Amino acid sequence: MTELFGIPLPALLGQLLLGLVNGSFYAMLSLGLAVIFGLLGVVNFAHGAMYMAGAFVAWMGLTYFGLSYWLMLLVAPLLVGAFGVLVERTMLRRLYKLDPIYGLLLTFGITLLVEGVFRSFFGVSGQPYTVPEQLSGATNLGFMILPNYRAWVVVASLAVCFATWWVIERTKLGAYLRAGTENPRLVQAFGVNVPLLVMLTYGFGVALAAFAGVLAAPVLQVSPLMGSNLIIVVFAVVVIGGMGSIGGSILTGLGLGVIEGFTRVFWAEASSTVVFVIMAIVLLLRPAGLFGKEK
Amino acid sequence: MTATTTRVDRAAQRPGASGAPVASRGRAPRIERRTLGYLALLAFFAVLPLAGAYPIFVMKGLAFALFACAFNLLLGFTGLLSFGHAAFFGLAAYSTGHAMKVWALPMPLGILAGTAAAALLGLVVGWLAIRRSGIYFSMITLALSQMLYFIFLQAPFTGGEDGLQGVPRGSFFGISLADDTTLYYVTLGIVAAAFWLIDRTVHSPFGQVLKAIRENEPRAVSLGYDVARFKLLAFVLSAALSGLAGSLKTNVLGFATLTDALWTTSGAVILMTLVGGMGTMTGPLLGAFLVVALENKVGDAGDWLKGVTGIEWFGTLGESVTVVTGLIFVICVLAFRRGIVGELGAWWAARRAK
Repeated sequence: MTELFGIPLPALLGQLLLGLVNGSFYAMLSLGLAVIFGLLGVVNFAHGAMYMAGAFVAWMGLTYFGLSYWLMLLVAPLLVGAFGVLVERTMLRRLYKLDPIYGLLLTFGITLLVEGVFRSFFGVSGQPYTVPEQLSGATNLGFMILPNYRAWVVVASLAVCFATWWVIERTKLGAYLRAGTENPRLVQAFGVNVPLLVMLTYGFGVALAAFAGVLAAPVLQVSPLMGSNLIIVVFAVVVIGGMGSIGGSILTGLGLGVIEGFTRVFWAEASSTVVFVIMAIVLLLRPAGLFGKEK
Repeated sequence: MTATTTRVDRAAQRPGASGAPVASRGRAPRIERRTLGYLALLAFFAVLPLAGAYPIFVMKGLAFALFACAFNLLLGFTGLLSFGHAAFFGLAAYSTGHAMKVWALPMPLGILAGTAAAALLGLVVGWLAIRRSGIYFSMITLALSQMLYFIFLQAPFTGGEDGLQGVPRGSFFGISLADDTTLYYVTLGIVAAAFWLIDRTVHSPFGQVLKAIRENEPRAVSLGYDVARFKLLAFVLSAALSGLAGSLKTNVLGFATLTDALWTTSGAVILMTLVGGMGTMTGPLLGAFLVVALENKVGDAGDWLKGVTGIEWFGTLGESVTVVTGLIFVICVLAFRRGIVGELGAWWAARRAK
């Protein structure tokens, strides 16, 4: 069997793929955080809870109503996005003029609330979600066995990330969004409905988290705690990458996922802390983050 | 939105919280009144066990009150929102537990070990975190505390998921602390001394500089203050006192667990400060007792609601205190940002102004 650094190649590639899968989730979540932060100036702590809610909506759809994975891949982000719009309309909107820490505190409270409600109904143990049959099984590539579903997660996430990047950087709507990030008052004066834009942006960012949640459901177990564990790592990812650039968020997320995967191979105990260690190093060398701008 | 407007909005939000009225009304009589208030508070706590309060509960409340006051030194008086204070609380809880159980040190040395460990960690975390300000500061402290949590999860001396159980209470300069009442007065004395230290810090020239940094950091820089140094000092002090609180908690309850270092504990101390009133001296004290009581009593309240309304779900409320905590968080942020003591202070100031 081929070996690399004394590790069998298939095992190495398997961990690399798992790292890419995790990296895809990091990328989608940090992308949503960056878009929301850019326009709203709010660090959305509830992002993890929304991701968890997306996974649970998919699970409930399958378990209680027999709705397929593919349908839920569309429905769950819409439902969670609608909830996000509601949150923005009724609560977040009141805080824009205040210190940004209130946005963080509010979304932290929403996290506890959402997590607590799911916990009171489903407990803390994970619920399994079966891989949809079209994607079950694995493909033998000769040098490794590629589980189809994991490959799908990476491809789908990359496609969604790229589409988001394209909309923001290359379309008229994206131009409004970027302009709104720079100077909302001026954009409003030009006749763009900025509050609507803000509301939809929050809804979209949250829907992205829910989409990631549905993708994650068959890979990880669906549990009320899955979101808060992830969001803290994503915060570290965001600090490492800096929230200034869309492409930067995607690259940082994927890259850190891969590094985490490699760490799991060589020193498994450190895999849960490696992202935080990298964050500390980046803070020492480049405090603004890899893609951030010094203010 | 520029940095200046946010700061102005924030300053306008908490009149009376920044210590400004103290200066405008002449110092001497006001300070005396404050001291009298503290003495009354101390007397209240001193007679509490005689009035039949359960000492363990009050001591737990006192430990968390100190934790919240130490945290408030950073959030309320320096304007830094740390989302990782559980790391200091937890590290000290484990260090004290280890020192007293494995090394069999007496209580003062055990507590000192915990406090020193937390101060050292505070130095490292603070040194890293103050490189970024605002919301990034919060995210960095949260991430670093989570890292520590994972280390605790795997380290041999913490006992992993089981935690560190059966920590002896030890002795205080030769006096055995096995008796609840003895332990109560020792704990009260330590908390009161720490509270006095925080009060002295806040009302010292050093504290004034911290407030200046909170209100307008660029201005403080332009006045020639080494802002990073002041922030780091405040951070280490806050971490050390949070550690003291964690040490006391271990000493009182006899165990240290992973929950002490979990992010939910960081959230709880934020909630205590927010409910009581950030930037007030006594607010976090009140908030801590309210939150600790809530965690103990929410199950009973849920059962009562279940009995009254007949809705089965309320019965599960005790298991998910987080729902109630989250709700209070949301309400506080939306409608009640000054907290209980802050609102009372504002109401009092408005009445006097008439």
